[in-house]
Amino acid sequence: MRRSIIIEGDKSMDSTSTSDSGRKIDKPVGGDQNRPRASLAALFWTFLRIGAFTIGGGYVMVPLIQRDIVERRGWIGKRDFVDILAVSQTAPGPLAVNTSVYVGYTLRGIRGAMAAVVGCILPSIIIILLVAALFDQISSSNYVRAAFAGIRPAVVVLIASAAIKIGRPVVRSRVELALAAAAMILVAFVRVSPALVVTAAAVYGLLVGVGGTKG
Amino acid sequence: MILLNLYLSFAKVGLFTFGGGYAMLPLIESEIIHGRGWLTVREFTDIVAIAEVTPGPIAVNSATFVGYRLAGAVGGIVATLGVVTPSVIIVLALAMLASRFENSDRLARVKSGMRPAVVGLIAAAAFSVARVALVDSKSMMIAAAAAVLVFWAKLDPIVVLAISGLLGMLIFS
Repeated sequence: MRRSIIIEGDKSMDSTSTSDSGRKIDKPVGGDQNRPRASLAALFWTFLRIGAFTIGGGYVMVPLIQRDIVERRGWIGKRDFVDILAVSQTAPGPLAVNTSVYVGYTLRGIRGAMAAVVGCILPSIIIILLVAALFDQISSSNYVRAAFAGIRPAVVVLIASAAIKIGRPVVRSRVELALAAAAMILVAFVRVSPALVVTAAAVYGLLVGVGGTKG
Repeated sequence: MILLNLYLSFAKVGLFTFGGGYAMLPLIESEIIHGRGWLTVREFTDIVAIAEVTPGPIAVNSATFVGYRLAGAVGGIVATLGVVTPSVIIVLALAMLASRFENSDRLARVKSGMRPAVVGLIAAAAFSVARVALVDSKSMMIAAAAAVLVFWAKLDPIVVLAISGLLGMLIFS
């Protein structure tokens, strides 16, 4: 499962510096010829691993995908990943499912989307079917509760680190910083729906344009 | 018939949930508890508890659990397929649309606005988890330890999750 392509992964971390032969980086769908090709089996296994560790809410998947698919495997560029997250947060349904569908489609078309989404939800299905039978023992186990009380603070740190990593190539001007801060405050403190915020930002970009981030 | 109803009910839940996660709970409540009478409120709170301590999206977990309760393992799978079907169709359609207009200037402008907002949304998610996760000095300590593991030791997120789970067992039990 860890047949990772570390060299390519490292390169992709700096994809915004446009170092690699001036190719178009922001190709949103269809796979980039210069990136390693994902086999359906590798796609399935990667999402199975991610699905098994998406503990504490769908957003935990963001650092997991960032690490496995953007950095380690180098299948998707940093900015493409941000675009995928934008769509995943705007569409209805669980973020984890939406993201795996889009990543899978980007890499290997419809079959890729299926491989990714099945990989992503299979661990939940198996675990819940097992747990449903032993429900009372598990939910009242002090060890299980304690482990999850420990995992939750770590989830905060992981998501914060994903915001920083993902933000670095994207938020480079004052306008972009203001947009990011406004989105954060609206969603975290005013409780506006994420889909509404992404849509509003898209309309703002279309009408006004946000300098610094082209394409 | 129960399988078809399970599928349709959870497809409805998947279709009308925006924002994922906990946004889905009130919808499940109205559709599955009050609409269909498939669960009691007590069972529903059990499901929320179990979804919190198992991996995977809460929507998928609840669908599997409710389906299993009503129609066994096949029911669990059918309900889960129901909840993900709208996502798969809608996201695929959006992805195809985006690939068609790949080189459009307008799409580039749309993206230029969306990208910073997405970063803000991820930061917002950290805040909302922090609200329920960082509740006392012990949880703050675990967060500090995780920060060292993530930013300094640069460990894999999965390893960080595993270590903090063990820390939790040591500290909280």
